[in-house]
Amino acid sequence: MNEERKGKYTTVSIPTTLYNRIKDLIKDTGFTSVSQYVTYVLREIVARHEEEKYSEPFTEEDKEKIIEKLRRLGYI
Amino acid sequence: MIPRPHGGRLVNRVLTGKRREALLREAEELPSIEISYERLIDLMDIAHGAFSPLEGFMVQEDYLHVLYDMRLSNDLPWTIPVVLDVDPEEISGVKEGDDLALKYNGEIVAVMRIEEIYGWDKKEYARQVYKTTDKNHPGVAKTYNRKELLVGGEIDLLREPSHPLENRILWPIETRVLFREKKWRTIVAFQTRNVPHRGHEYVQKAALTFTDGLLIHPLIGWKKPGDYRDEVIFAAYEALIKYYYPKDVVVLAGLLMNMNYAGPREAIHHAIVRKNFGATHFIVGRDHAGVGDYYGPYEAWEIFDEFPDLGITPLFIREAFYCKKCGGMVNEKICPHSEEYRVKISGTKIRRMIREGKIPPEYMMRPEVARVILSFKDPFVH
Repeated sequence: MNEERKGKYTTVSIPTTLYNRIKDLIKDTGFTSVSQYVTYVLREIVARHEEEKYSEPFTEEDKEKIIEKLRRLGYI
Repeated sequence: MIPRPHGGRLVNRVLTGKRREALLREAEELPSIEISYERLIDLMDIAHGAFSPLEGFMVQEDYLHVLYDMRLSNDLPWTIPVVLDVDPEEISGVKEGDDLALKYNGEIVAVMRIEEIYGWDKKEYARQVYKTTDKNHPGVAKTYNRKELLVGGEIDLLREPSHPLENRILWPIETRVLFREKKWRTIVAFQTRNVPHRGHEYVQKAALTFTDGLLIHPLIGWKKPGDYRDEVIFAAYEALIKYYYPKDVVVLAGLLMNMNYAGPREAIHHAIVRKNFGATHFIVGRDHAGVGDYYGPYEAWEIFDEFPDLGITPLFIREAFYCKKCGGMVNEKICPHSEEYRVKISGTKIRRMIREGKIPPEYMMRPEVARVILSFKDPFVH
């Protein structure tokens, strides 16, 4: 990675006890640092929460048009 | 449940009605560039939401994030840069903030708002995306042939050239409606650029055992010489489905998208795109999207460990082979017999037999499928 792109990180505080717990947990795993582990876990959780906030983007009218096309093409 | 599109919103940048007519008129007066067929395909993938959340060709910040972090600047996983290359003289007099008409075969197909014009290092691109700078790699060779500058910005699609297989191409909003109509909650997608042999059939059916539906999703777009032609792949799959699949659990639809042969990075890209089409699961093969021996056989599986937030579940199904002792298609996890009983299903061998006009043995390929392929005068890309 080039120099310019290093350092695009920010600091988040977690209790030292939790930090130590994670440090123990990741021993002999593929994770090389507590930060790497926390980033991984947070991404997983954030994605799950984002998933809950979604409804399909089509109106009933769009849907009818699409269904008509799918029928014409033999998919339905 | 059908997953939300990548980034939370299905992008739609296909203009219709009066807005389209007005912009088409305005576009006649704009500076313009001619784009290649491959960039046209990228354009359509962006406009129809296959590349959601991209709204246009990448600006430098996204480009660099994707190149080095395999994520967009908003942290979403994304592994293959989607960029528009231009020659400096093509855009002389055009500056950031201007609108640019994009033409294909001389006809305006889209308008782009230029957010940024920037340079790129093709060798570095190759090193990061393809993990090699060897120009014998088909993706690297294509990269080296691209133009010197990149232009980033949002696009609006105004026209879509007709395609011989357009009635077999579905876009994400269409598959999402289709899956809902079929009341499928779990859908496994299968990426292919090949005609189906018994190994593919085994893998698809193994996955389908656990999901409501199967989306067979052949790539339609640039492929390397020696690959099967798009219409051959479709006809071969139609025969396989007709004779060997229950109709109500399979959808065969073409995906207009370029093939990069970027191995592990492309496996992630393929999964993200299938999530946009509404798939919940994605089959990742051994050496998925690989070419030659540039990638390790399971690199495309290992890379998924880096993406806990993909939003689609990869299914790593081992390569299938025919075991004479088991008397059927199996894989190394479920077959206890030694190599002497195992017959590998080799795509290269099948291709050679097809070239010679021969029907491969039934344990390699269904005869109905082979006959359809052989009915084409020339089934291969040149």
